[in-house]
Amino acid sequence: MRIPLIYNVRSALQRPVSTAMTAVSVALVVAVFVAMLALASGFRAALAKTGSADNVIVLRRGAVDELSSGLSRDAARTIASFSHVATGSDGRPMVSPEVYVLLNLTRIDGFGIGNVVARGVTERAFDVRKGIRITAGRTFTSGASEVIVGRRIAQRFQHMRVGDSLEFGGRKWAVVGQFGADGSGFESEVWGENEQFMPVFRGEVFQSVIFRLADPGAFDEAKRALETDPRIQVTARREQDFYVGQSEMLTRVLSVLAITITSIMAIGAVFGAVNTMYAAVASRAPEIAVLLTLGFRPRSVLASFLAEAAVIAVVGGAIGGLMALPINGLVTSTTNWQSFSEVAFAFRVTPALLLAGLVFALVMGIVGGFFPAWKAARLPVVQALR
Amino acid sequence: MAIVEIRDVHKSFQRDAQAVEVFTGLDVDFEEASFTALMGPSGSGKSTLLNLVAGLDRPTSGVVRVAGSDVSTMSASQLAPWRARHIGFVFQSYNLLPVLTAFQNVELPLLLTDLSKAERRERVMVALGVVGLEDRKDHYPRQMSGGQEQRAAIARAIVADPTLILLDEPTGQLDAKSSQEVLGLLQRLNGEFRKTIIVVTHDPNAADKAKTVLHLEKGDLVEKSRGAHA
Amino acid sequence: MKYLPLILGNLLRHKRRSILTTLSVAIALFLYASLRSVSTTLDSATEAGSTSRMVVRNATGIVFPLPKSYINRLEAVPGVSRVSYANWFGAWYRSEREFFANFAVEAPSFLDMYPEIVVPPDQKTAFLQDRGSALVGVDLMEKYGWRLGQNVTLNGTIFPGEWTFTIRATYTVTNNAFDEMSFMFHYPYLEERTERRATPGWFYLKLDDPDRAPEVARTIDDQFRNSSTPTRTETERAFNAGFMTMWGNIKLLMGTIGLAVVFAILLVTGNAMMMSARERTAEIGVLKTVGFGGGLLFALEMSEAVVIAVVGALLGLGGAKLLWANVKAFQQFLPGFGVTPGTLAAGAGIALLLALVSGFVPAMRAYRLSVISALRTVE
Repeated sequence: MRIPLIYNVRSALQRPVSTAMTAVSVALVVAVFVAMLALASGFRAALAKTGSADNVIVLRRGAVDELSSGLSRDAARTIASFSHVATGSDGRPMVSPEVYVLLNLTRIDGFGIGNVVARGVTERAFDVRKGIRITAGRTFTSGASEVIVGRRIAQRFQHMRVGDSLEFGGRKWAVVGQFGADGSGFESEVWGENEQFMPVFRGEVFQSVIFRLADPGAFDEAKRALETDPRIQVTARREQDFYVGQSEMLTRVLSVLAITITSIMAIGAVFGAVNTMYAAVASRAPEIAVLLTLGFRPRSVLASFLAEAAVIAVVGGAIGGLMALPINGLVTSTTNWQSFSEVAFAFRVTPALLLAGLVFALVMGIVGGFFPAWKAARLPVVQALR
Repeated sequence: MAIVEIRDVHKSFQRDAQAVEVFTGLDVDFEEASFTALMGPSGSGKSTLLNLVAGLDRPTSGVVRVAGSDVSTMSASQLAPWRARHIGFVFQSYNLLPVLTAFQNVELPLLLTDLSKAERRERVMVALGVVGLEDRKDHYPRQMSGGQEQRAAIARAIVADPTLILLDEPTGQLDAKSSQEVLGLLQRLNGEFRKTIIVVTHDPNAADKAKTVLHLEKGDLVEKSRGAHA
Repeated sequence: MKYLPLILGNLLRHKRRSILTTLSVAIALFLYASLRSVSTTLDSATEAGSTSRMVVRNATGIVFPLPKSYINRLEAVPGVSRVSYANWFGAWYRSEREFFANFAVEAPSFLDMYPEIVVPPDQKTAFLQDRGSALVGVDLMEKYGWRLGQNVTLNGTIFPGEWTFTIRATYTVTNNAFDEMSFMFHYPYLEERTERRATPGWFYLKLDDPDRAPEVARTIDDQFRNSSTPTRTETERAFNAGFMTMWGNIKLLMGTIGLAVVFAILLVTGNAMMMSARERTAEIGVLKTVGFGGGLLFALEMSEAVVIAVVGALLGLGGAKLLWANVKAFQQFLPGFGVTPGTLAAGAGIALLLALVSGFVPAMRAYRLSVISALRTVE
């Protein structure tokens, strides 16, 4: 026979303050858990979306990121000539040779200076990279000292509104537009024409060449062809894998931090739940004795109290999830230590994360409720009835 | 002047929506060194009378004068130290603090004084000696029998040398033998040490030991007889 | 203190509850202290920056180099007593994931300017004499089990290829804000092997008078403002502070989490205190009958909360201080990570607040409880 759950729910409500305090302490742990993992998840998502699985990014051999890479014009031309490169509707190869540098720009609200990615591209980049759209103003004109700014980074640095001008490399650059890129890392970048950027920055080199695969399934073949070609010394990676790799270190650090901090917090909350449940068992000893006398099995009593603890904790978990929910979509930024550049991203609370929070709460409840429930099940009836 | 003077005392309680009248104009005195048993059916107000004398409760109207002070008008913060000085109270269910030893329980009232640790210890040992519990001074209540616990409670009630000793059904939870021990102790406290004692009880043995027996019925003093040992 | 047996007795009556509650407090304060230490370390790293040294870098971005020829012009600036330079090398060791700071420095001037970096004299001589040698921090040596005289090969990224160095010297630091996990080698070696293509990433300046810093900065930046390589000059302290902002709004993050932690524990502790209080109704009646006043009982109840908070604080804060003094896990990212007296004080303050808030309701209850109703629950 199972003890009806309603008994537990009503009993828990008999001590509303105690129950509420326990539930809220669980809620706080889950809220921190969800919030921190939403931070890590948001960061990773921004970078994961940045690359496409159909594109290949080519860097100089030995370079681990675009910053430390350098490819000559010849190399860029050679890469464009490979058969693995897709052809656009105009018959020309879908290839984008790009200049990549980090600019020191001043943050809005006086937070000092940050490193912002400046990418020199051609209009081809808008075809090769999917999902780039102008959201304000217009795109830059070839030959002019003009730039467009990713809309996320535009909110965080000075002089990035349409009509402003940025000053770097000894020149003034007119901000003629802002662009969106599906919430990916590109929205944290400043784009201009590569031919304009080259003389200002590092001379006659590109940092990377990105191309669309003619046959998305043929990546391995393309990689081999490029890396073994004697004319160029390069490494080739799937664009998406490359950017995911760029996010790895920080994502891992944030995730580890999240789990460590919330686990420690959880121990405290579990102790609280243990206290509450032991007190509940003690004060309801006569009731438990009656249940046992009536014929309910000890393991039903065990299950009953475990369920009570679990329900209190899961309710707390739900509250915690709701507490963390409002931060979803909140934009923040940090320096990605791997690429040394500033990345603006949004907190990302997913259903999976909320579910994980509930499961976490459930575990806390069961761990906290176990020993008290065990004690309840083993209550000596005679003693309890006296 | 009697040590306790109760004049025209009225007392009523609110029970749910109803007002229950316990006393309607009670007049009674207790002399110094008297040993009085208060008897009566349940609901007659005997415990209430005890609480009024101890300053634990206030009459609805009337005067309760104990040891010269009008306790019916004193505030709670005035009553606490007054009680510490003048009243030793013994409950039916002993009410020793389970987390303290017999010694520490008896010491409790003395913590409220300025006595030094050595002075406190001396008095506690005296009190324990009077009730015959010196060898159990370091035992916890759970290690003692009911009778021993009650004796410790009595020791606690006398350790600060109070003006009055008030007991509420002290033998209610004891077996015959322990009851006898406790009552004998009360007699000794009254006879040898000249303590004023008021006992609420419905144990005829207890009433026997007292010098005066007061019967209360529905808040009225119906009979005053002399105890078997008056 | 004569009331101590009473206070402790009450706490020990429910040993398990008292222990669990105290441990919760300890855990919360441990977390709080650790989180706050992140902020204090960042702050002190900024503070530790020298004001008599300056850094000159490319105004466009730190990733852009400066011409080596600038050194003469910088040396000539009034107020500058010494100039050195360095270049970020950014190579990896064994695998791309193995990261530590490695850079090329103009060693003689650099070591002169940085007395905080201590190298045993014989090792220093060996290092300076061998152009292909490296100076390695002791923590880094320990991490990889390297020995003096050992050859180490790094894989270049910015400067591709395999680069082999001989470790000729190790260093320790006298200032916590510096780490002992860096790898330095000779700038001329870099220059040679890249056929003079490498140029300095930034310049270090030593000032003879720190007060002249703003003037020196202006002079230098004005000089190069309209050239193809404009500069940004600032004190070492300002330069470090700039790096700290790269951590984003970490202070807010740590602060918010810290708040949540403290609040959660407040609930746990308050709950435990209230449970104990409810069970002690009858006792309060007895004590009041004996003559214990409301104020005294209020204080006794509060004292219980204080004991839990104090013991919890000692365990949690003490534990944090001891742990971070001995575990070097974060030293690479946050050199000098440790619990400051300020954090201990803040933690103690929180513990006190915890005691007061969690003890207040039960203490008030004890204060106001009427003896009659308290005793009625017994009889």
